[in-house]
Amino acid sequence: MELSIIFLPLIASIISGFFGRYIGDRNSEILTSALVSISALLSIYIFYQVIVNQYEENIVIATWISSGSLDVNWSMLIDPLSAVMLVVVTSVSALVHIYSIGYMSHDPHKPRFMAYLSLFTFAMLMLVTSDNFIQLFFGWEGVGLCSYFLIGFWFKKESANAAAIKAFIVNRVGDFGFALGIFLIFYLFGTVNYSEVFQQIPTVVDKDLSFLGSEFKVVDLVCLLLFIGAMGKSAQILLHTWLPDAMEGPTPVSALIHAATMVTAGVFLVVRCSPIYEYSPLILNFITIVGMTTAFFAATVALVQTDIKKIIAYSTCSQLGYMFFAAGVGAYNVAMFHLFTHAFFKALLFLGSGSVIHAFKDEQNINNMGGVWKKLPYTYALMIIGTLALTGFPFLSGFYSKDAIIEFAYLKGNTAGYYAAGIGIVTAFLTSIYSWRLIFKTFHGKYNNKKIKIEETHESPLVMLIPLFILSLGAVFAGVLFKGLFIGHGDNLFWAESIKFLEPLSTNHPPLWFLLLTPCLVLASIPIAYYLFVKNKELPNSIASMNKPMYDFLVNKWYFDELYNVLFIKSSKKLGLFLWKFCDGVIIDGFGPDGISSLIKKFSIKATKFQSGFIYQYAFVMLLGFSALLTFLIVK
Amino acid sequence: MSFPILSSLIILPIIGSLFLFFTKDNEGNNLTAKYVALFTTIVNFLISIYLWISFDQSTSNFQFIEDRTWIKGFINYKVGVDGISILFIILTTFITPLCIISVNNSVKNRLRDFLIAILIMESFMIGVFCALDLVVFYLFFEAGLIPMFLIIGIWGGPKRVYSAFKFFLYTLLGSVLMLVAIISIYWISGTTDVVKLYDIGIDVKYQNLLWLAFFSSFAVKTPMWPVHTWLPDAHVEAPTAGSVLLAAILLKMAGYGFIRFSLGLFPIASEVFTPLIYTLSVIAIIFTSLIALMQEDMKKLIAYSSVAHMGFVTLGIFTLQQQGIEGSIIQMISHGLVSAALFLTVGVVYDRMHSRLISTYGGLVSVIPKYSILFMLFALASLGLPGTSGFIGEFLILMGAFKDNILVAVLASLGVILGAAYILWLYKRVVFGKLINQDLKKIVDLNKSEYFILSCLAIPILFFGFYPDPLINTIEVSVTDLINMHNINIANK
Repeated sequence: MELSIIFLPLIASIISGFFGRYIGDRNSEILTSALVSISALLSIYIFYQVIVNQYEENIVIATWISSGSLDVNWSMLIDPLSAVMLVVVTSVSALVHIYSIGYMSHDPHKPRFMAYLSLFTFAMLMLVTSDNFIQLFFGWEGVGLCSYFLIGFWFKKESANAAAIKAFIVNRVGDFGFALGIFLIFYLFGTVNYSEVFQQIPTVVDKDLSFLGSEFKVVDLVCLLLFIGAMGKSAQILLHTWLPDAMEGPTPVSALIHAATMVTAGVFLVVRCSPIYEYSPLILNFITIVGMTTAFFAATVALVQTDIKKIIAYSTCSQLGYMFFAAGVGAYNVAMFHLFTHAFFKALLFLGSGSVIHAFKDEQNINNMGGVWKKLPYTYALMIIGTLALTGFPFLSGFYSKDAIIEFAYLKGNTAGYYAAGIGIVTAFLTSIYSWRLIFKTFHGKYNNKKIKIEETHESPLVMLIPLFILSLGAVFAGVLFKGLFIGHGDNLFWAESIKFLEPLSTNHPPLWFLLLTPCLVLASIPIAYYLFVKNKELPNSIASMNKPMYDFLVNKWYFDELYNVLFIKSSKKLGLFLWKFCDGVIIDGFGPDGISSLIKKFSIKATKFQSGFIYQYAFVMLLGFSALLTFLIVK
Repeated sequence: MSFPILSSLIILPIIGSLFLFFTKDNEGNNLTAKYVALFTTIVNFLISIYLWISFDQSTSNFQFIEDRTWIKGFINYKVGVDGISILFIILTTFITPLCIISVNNSVKNRLRDFLIAILIMESFMIGVFCALDLVVFYLFFEAGLIPMFLIIGIWGGPKRVYSAFKFFLYTLLGSVLMLVAIISIYWISGTTDVVKLYDIGIDVKYQNLLWLAFFSSFAVKTPMWPVHTWLPDAHVEAPTAGSVLLAAILLKMAGYGFIRFSLGLFPIASEVFTPLIYTLSVIAIIFTSLIALMQEDMKKLIAYSSVAHMGFVTLGIFTLQQQGIEGSIIQMISHGLVSAALFLTVGVVYDRMHSRLISTYGGLVSVIPKYSILFMLFALASLGLPGTSGFIGEFLILMGAFKDNILVAVLASLGVILGAAYILWLYKRVVFGKLINQDLKKIVDLNKSEYFILSCLAIPILFFGFYPDPLINTIEVSVTDLINMHNINIANK
């Protein structure tokens, strides 16, 4: 039964991908949705078993690579951590499958789309249920591949193709670090299985490794390299540039891959490796800083974007930052909790925005929307729920998870922790502002679209609204229901061995004013946003024009793309051209085969001149030679 | 003595080519010639599969040995296989029939002669991989050049003569030194029998020079940077089937030679020159990947990518780690399949549009979807995606390299990023995007034989990606033994 969770999506993908043409669009949609839904129900059952019966299992499916001491299996590891991921992945995936039936109804390539979605689900499940680093890497690259396919799904769009390649290559940069991390693990421990590696970690804590003349602690190095992989997949600052561009893909893809599941793989990796990270305070602090910076950076950029999906993409980036700094302060369970709740409300927001885009017939600019809340009542209500949950409105799911992150950062008690808590609060405020900006600009105010009349906008069909409704239940109740289980104090029975805490998490409570600060800011932000984006619309514009450089800086996303373009893309192209034309062409060929052959030719032309055919010349040379020889003999 | 199965593998294609001489028609669509050639190579493939099945994986000793006196007291015709060589033989017998099926699309004139060249080449290649006498090895190794030289020179593109001579000059230069080295080994040790030489070893004081002489030949054939510039030219001018043979099999002779002779005969020198190999390999991986990024000609791009991939191979071999060497062998097999497939996919559109320029294409996926799917699979295998054979090879090599030298592993891993960049960019420009070139609208999807060939290559690429055990089990004992022997030699120094 466990295996069918993984393989049902694969079967769905194969059938829809290869036989979609024969079984028809509708059948492939139903088939893939049904199989993934079954897999989701089974996952929930497993999750229940894990909660109630502490069910754990490591199923070996087959051997994969066995070379010398390297032994890698295809396997399925079920423990609390993977059970949580199983539920998140399969349930969001099932809902997105169903939603796509409506969203993609006008697309000519439906079976292909469904096949990619199911294949993605399979790869993601391989990733989360692996019991070793190499299968994890398989899933890791597999989800990257599906993401590549789905971002570039509309292959005629030049921008979609560029975004797809960008996503793949940037992720490969992360994978470069990740792969090196795996090599280092294998080098140190001679194995890549989690349990064996984690067992041996305490034995290498004091070990150093010299690289390029400097000494590094091996644990730090392992943690850093794995984290580079996580940064790529989870779009953390420096390697985040692909995520906003990835919005070129269809919206269901953004909800599934670029919000709920794939991008959280990095967080999952760090949490999974908590038995390693616990021994590396240095890298944990680094993770805190990176997470915090990303959270803040992405929130500032989200403030000024006008593309509805890009706003949510930056929001995702920012929330992933929160998860990382939770992990960085050692609160892995809180990170997982936020991952869990975020999956619901962010998928909800994405699918909701898809519904809006659908209503506006593929319009994504929020400046061209507005005033349609009466026309789209259900979408509006569901989006509001998503926004409330995201901003951490009291008693919705984001409230429990995000505030817990800020609290634990505060309780960490070191500089990085206080700093992170401070930035976390500021970012929570910014999150609230940009989220409400999105809602107000999209649904309130005047109707601004010139292409289609307001009467033509329409509510989405039921097949799209039902998944939204189910997700909204998650967005509302996931926090309150699972708080005790995920981050309950005292007895961390649920996580058992899957998360390791070297020292138990602090059970103190921060001061009351601190606890109230974030909710108050979140509440206050609603009228502020309403004033700025509905009542007095000129104010934001005048603020923008007053601070032009600042505004440009934000609109251009801190100029990361421009910088990378010059630094990496243009320079490698130039270098490639130089190596080709100059090194290969001029130097190697010039001094090599071409040079030698032309040299021989020149030499032989010279040599022919000796054979002039005139007797007197020959006689003269003979005479010279003869006298030289004679002189030599006499002198000797 | 049991049935001489290896000799029959070598001789059968020659017999087939003799038959071809008697077919009359040399022009146009010569079906008889094609069937004769196909029949011969398929029988050969079946024999090699039988060889693999009856091969004993639990020993590293040479098996199916045949030993006959050729020139008394000097050369013995001695052949045999161990776990390392058998895979290359199967690769050869597997690729050749596919090449023959593919020719009717690309070769228009003197088909019979072309087939003869391919058959003769097959027998020489098999000879290279099972020769156990240095002189016999040398003869096969060099003779293999001749058919390839002819294939490029006669059936090649407009600059074929330049390319053929470049190819010949480069490879000859190295070979001459190897011949000298082989003769000196005979003087030093009194034998050219590889098995005996493994036992008695070669005096340390000669090893460095001899190693360099062998290296000069293998480096050119691999090809390693900076003696690689013949390869792009040769590939561009060669007809599709020629490119396939060149990339899939001919390049593997050198990698095989490094393992069998450089490591096996000169362990101490190998240790001495490892830094040299590492440097050249890393340069090859990074430089040629960057160059591949900028190519405008599809075949040239794949040719440069071959240089980068072979850089991984040489790197892996000299790590002298179990994972490194096994990875190299798997990478060679995988590259044999993948590069063959990529050259064939380029050949498919070349046959239809007569252009290898990337800019000619764009938007193919909307007109020829089957082709696009297979091309995607091969592109992914080339960039080493997990689940394809390319991943197993590359990953094992880097793992082995990391054990031996961290800096080298880090630098080589950069190639993995670049490898994704050039192949995906190529794919995007050829297959995705809008269909702008109006001539492309008429292009037809894969015909049956093309579909068959490409599927034949796709299946093992995927199969060994998910389940490489058959490959690893075959080579495991031989590689372990090779490393053990090497370590003993080093310790006794």
